[in-house]
Amino acid sequence: MGIPELKENWKNTINEVTIGATKEEGGTRCKTITLGGQSTLPFLSFEGDLPNKPVIAGYVADIVPDWPDVLKNAIGKEINDPIEWAQKNVEEFGVEAINMRFLGASEATKNRSPDECAKIVEGMLKTVDVPLILWGCGEEEKDNEVLPACSHAARGENCLIGSATETNYQTVVAICKADKHKIIAEAPVDINIGKQVNILLQDAGLDLKEVVMLQTTAALGYGFDYVYTILERARIAGLQGDKLMASPQLCDIGGEVWRVKEASVDEDILTGWGALEKRGPMWEAVCAGGYLQAGADLLIMAHPKAIKIIQSTINNLL
Amino acid sequence: MALTGMQIYKDLPRTNCKECGFPTCMAFAMQVAAGQKALTDCPEISSDAMSNLSEASAPPMKLVKIGTGDTAFELGQETVLFRHDEKFHRPCGLAIRIPASLSDDEASSKIEAVNALNFQRVGATLEPKLCAVEIEGSFDAAARAKLVAEKSNKAIILMGSDAAKMEAAAEAIKDKAPLLYSADASNIDAFAKIAASTKVPLAVTGANLEELAELIEKAKKAGAENLLLGFKNDKIGDSVRMLTRVRRAALKHKFRPLGYPTILDIQASDVEEETVMSAISAAKYAGIVIIDSIEPWSMLPILTIVQDVFTDPQVPNTVEAKLYEINDPDKNSPVMFTSNFSLTYFSVAGEVERSKVPTYICVVDTEGLGVLNAWAGDKITAEKIVATMKDQGVADKVDHRKLIIPGLLPMFRAEIEDISEWKEVIIGPETAKEIPVFLTSL
Ligand code: SF4
Repeated sequence: MGIPELKENWKNTINEVTIGATKEEGGTRCKTITLGGQSTLPFLSFEGDLPNKPVIAGYVADIVPDWPDVLKNAIGKEINDPIEWAQKNVEEFGVEAINMRFLGASEATKNRSPDECAKIVEGMLKTVDVPLILWGCGEEEKDNEVLPACSHAARGENCLIGSATETNYQTVVAICKADKHKIIAEAPVDINIGKQVNILLQDAGLDLKEVVMLQTTAALGYGFDYVYTILERARIAGLQGDKLMASPQLCDIGGEVWRVKEASVDEDILTGWGALEKRGPMWEAVCAGGYLQAGADLLIMAHPKAIKIIQSTINNLL
Repeated sequence: MALTGMQIYKDLPRTNCKECGFPTCMAFAMQVAAGQKALTDCPEISSDAMSNLSEASAPPMKLVKIGTGDTAFELGQETVLFRHDEKFHRPCGLAIRIPASLSDDEASSKIEAVNALNFQRVGATLEPKLCAVEIEGSFDAAARAKLVAEKSNKAIILMGSDAAKMEAAAEAIKDKAPLLYSADASNIDAFAKIAASTKVPLAVTGANLEELAELIEKAKKAGAENLLLGFKNDKIGDSVRMLTRVRRAALKHKFRPLGYPTILDIQASDVEEETVMSAISAAKYAGIVIIDSIEPWSMLPILTIVQDVFTDPQVPNTVEAKLYEINDPDKNSPVMFTSNFSLTYFSVAGEVERSKVPTYICVVDTEGLGVLNAWAGDKITAEKIVATMKDQGVADKVDHRKLIIPGLLPMFRAEIEDISEWKEVIIGPETAKEIPVFLTSL
């Protein structure tokens, strides 16, 4: 029986954003990653091109995050040293990029100086050969010092720098331009602010082809539905021709899921919910698998088992 | 798809006989289009016109019911491709497989385990809704079906391809309205006959959508009405693509042969893969997923993604505005307040739980807005906070008069101290994730 034509024609293509620079391109990376480029919704290969598959970046921080033991143990002793942790992510967990957060730069933790942070970046660039995503500690004042130092230490490496918000974007745009990096445009689970940040970046002279969008990620069960729908709406708008929404999208899964009780409290307290050793990585994997359907192109992930499951899921989705 | 008055008028006798109580057929047609009158109110309508019109006015995706009474599970009649276009109506159901390889005792114990599985999460009960029993192999099909019907408190799916066995099973428990899973090109006639005679729902599978549409038409001709589209893929991507195409065919193209809900038999190599495949399919248009595992660590994330994706995006998610006691607080425990927007409340409560510090959380009715939006929209004021705390009897719960307020609302401090007995207002953190550090260092 004949069935109707079920393909849709999308007007626009999602921007292609490459992160990392090889020797020929002025950096030292052996591998680069390219996000976006799709001309249809996630995985609908019957009606459009999917030139680049979603990428997993491994979560690394300069201090041990406030995480449950099941996650810390799964990562191993390397979690105590950001460079070793990054190396293990690349060599053992098989991630294609490193997401580095300087949580230790916060006054509430180690109050690490911008110089010290820059040294860590230098060491990491020497040790791993994948592209880097660099963040400060999340405190605007301190990050205004930390980010320029880290950015400068990695100049020419075409890193992805996090993050430009409505309030701090000028600093971040300036360093990305000066040191030739790509930029993360961040919005607080609000599609209009997401668009607004992109407008501000454009007005500040940045090409939107240098931008990856982040709608503050929510853990599964804790506002996942809001973020899922914003990612989906942004992706549809981008494909329908809204150039301001046509950026690849990032989700910080590892940074969010491990703080919720489903991923951090064991069955001695959550009776009947199953061993945390299994439940924690599943919480991360299901959250990631869900966001992939809504239009996530870059996933930051932490647990080696969740990373492994999602690597194979991505291959089975294509 | 609703019919217009004009479309209905064309199929009426157009004699203006007034027996319907309206002066003209056109007037009657307008009433039917508006949903005020039923076609049956016209005694003169021909049976052809009747079937034409009722077919056309039916929803583009059929509603199918499996089971009866309390255990009935309904799926279908979805209206949109994306939840932001309206909402997804009927949460994807989880069906647990009872393999044919299990002895009666083993089957019974798995059924009982399935009965017992449920999770209380953010104010809702999450549980698998169906039990999928394989009717294959050497055992007595009717006896196995009866065993499941007797023990299980879920809607039942009979899984098999042998028409004689499936008929015996379906006959034995037809009063439970089980779903027959599934007919394919090799046995469609026999299966459709069983479904028509026992009046149970039937799932149909095909090698591709074209074949599936043909088999559905065959089943319909044979008198089977409550149909599901069945899928079984090794690759999750193939499932996502097929489910998407079927949903488009039904809703965008009103293509009747594919206007039915879907059921997916998950083919995974281990429990982890089964979990992620089920979660993705549930988000992407599967009406039912059939899985093997009953591990709570697998089921909870699947049920949670279903809960999330099937939330109505147009209704602000709220929690009851009352005093919540977290970690067993006493007379000396800290008191804080927050909004009744559930995302805010559950983030705050989750972080308070994580801090292990016994705490009272007073939830103020902000009409589902987060604290900052509530303040901007005048839905939260110092007076309202003070009045809410009075209603909730917070002052009787503690000996102190210290109140922690959200870091986003520092402007309330002076006013609350002025107008209430809460004389020591402490400005808390701006984000929930800072709460544990804040509470432990109080
Ligand atoms: S009863 Fe039927 S035929 Fe007669 S006026 Fe009404 S609609 Fe027309």
